[in-house]
Amino acid sequence: MTNNIDLSVNIGSLKLKNPVILASGTVGYGNEISNLTDLSKLGAIVTKSLSLKPRKGNPPQRIVETAAGMLNAIGLANIGVEEFIKEKIPFLSQLNTSIICNIAASSIDEYAECVRILTKEDTIKAFEINISCPNVKEGGLIFGHDIKAVAKVTEKVRAATDKPVIIKLSPNVPDIASYARVVKEEGGDAVSAINTLVGTSFNIYTRKPKLFNITGGLSGPAIKPVALAKVLEIKRNVDIPIIGLGGIMCWQDAVEFMIVGASAVQLGTVNFINPNAGVEIVNGLSDYLTKMSIDKVSSLTGTFVI
Amino acid sequence: MQITNSKVAQIIELENSINLIKVHCPEIALSAAPGQFCNIKVSESTFPLLRRPFSICDVDGEFIYFMFNLVGEGTKLLAHKKIGEELDILGPLGNGFNYNDDYEAAVFVGGGLGVAPFPFLLQRIPSDKKIFSFIGGRSAKDVITYGQKNYLISTDDGSKGFKGNVIELLNENLKLIASSNIKIFGCGPTPMLRALKDFAIQNNLNCEVSTECAMACGFGICQGCPIQAADKEGYYLVCKDGPVFDVKKVVI
Repeated sequence: MTNNIDLSVNIGSLKLKNPVILASGTVGYGNEISNLTDLSKLGAIVTKSLSLKPRKGNPPQRIVETAAGMLNAIGLANIGVEEFIKEKIPFLSQLNTSIICNIAASSIDEYAECVRILTKEDTIKAFEINISCPNVKEGGLIFGHDIKAVAKVTEKVRAATDKPVIIKLSPNVPDIASYARVVKEEGGDAVSAINTLVGTSFNIYTRKPKLFNITGGLSGPAIKPVALAKVLEIKRNVDIPIIGLGGIMCWQDAVEFMIVGASAVQLGTVNFINPNAGVEIVNGLSDYLTKMSIDKVSSLTGTFVI
Repeated sequence: MQITNSKVAQIIELENSINLIKVHCPEIALSAAPGQFCNIKVSESTFPLLRRPFSICDVDGEFIYFMFNLVGEGTKLLAHKKIGEELDILGPLGNGFNYNDDYEAAVFVGGGLGVAPFPFLLQRIPSDKKIFSFIGGRSAKDVITYGQKNYLISTDDGSKGFKGNVIELLNENLKLIASSNIKIFGCGPTPMLRALKDFAIQNNLNCEVSTECAMACGFGICQGCPIQAADKEGYYLVCKDGPVFDVKKVVI
């Protein structure tokens, strides 16, 4: 690894030391995974979705393994904003990586309220707004699939903070670029693409769904081609920074996402299998850039040749 | 808790598709406690994608034994590992049994592969404790007695030992065991654990069980393995708060 490679990236006004981010819901609030990897080597971590009040989440079964992927229906189990500030911020503030706080609410006002409270915390460098969780009936799905609601959430959250606002988009829509466009129009700084794909799995003997929630979000390498296509679609139609995610397992996947248009990438499911994957991907990216005689990782973004 | 690359030392076929895999894993062997588990990556490819949780069956110096039933794709890959091949093991995970409490006799209740953590627990239980074991299975071929001590057997179909389930067998022997101050350690399928919880509460007996749930990470980040709490609102996580719980703490 050479030292003269510049791994830093800018996502709007958010500057990260490198483009590798651990995705929301796959790092908890940082403490458990910090025993197994060096979080200071990463660009950022995104904390587990927070709502204003605690949510206990769905009953079991919440997880089903599928071909090259997994379904989850956690139901946004989280400790709520107040407990987060009291119990988790002190640990997060010690980490030498950027902290992005993910918010998942049940109403537009709740999104804005969470952000208004949390923006006072210096530890939080940006907000990622989860409008696309497929597992909570009263909330996520409706927002993420209603373009007017996406515009409204972006506008309200934008008004509640000066920090960068990233909207996490659902792939379960016919025209993802139009959603990215309204995010830009309403003052959002970036989009994350993609959240999980809706899927299900049934037991053929009992004829019952394996997940309590019936459907869940599909993640893992199985969804990578879909995610790449969505990132490309946004890149070709809207001028907004994109954080690419969906099935990234190794540095080659990360490079592929950057080439189709991502300014940074998030790792999700891989953290469950290899909690040190983020650090390995940072190293792999650096080696790739050296080998390709590229001195800045940011110069990869959107350099696809068609 | 750490990730290790551990060499496979031996694969032992017991009977009826039950196998033991012995791995050289000093990092985990020296720190593990009975009832804890490891999450093992059985394949380097994305098939299967997730790690597989296995309870620690026994520890011998720097070696760990895991017991598994050859049922799915993951265990098939595990059974075909070569001696000397490296295995990616994450562990030790979760909380084990509290075996240093104040009791005179340890009562083991296991169903099927649920006996897996008992050899390690037997090894660590103070030698002044009496041991009674009750081991059940659907049929004679489902009864696993490897590494067990002083046991009685039950089978649902009566093909071996007592005809009936293991809780009924336990109940038949209540007088024998209840003459001492006992603690029950249970592990097995959920219906068995539910019946064991009822039995323990009805008879006012101290009881810990090792639970299971589909999980991904094994250390608390995916939140995929909830078990309903009985002593508070919401859920515990099987991987991090368990897998061993006092029966009074959880709804089974």
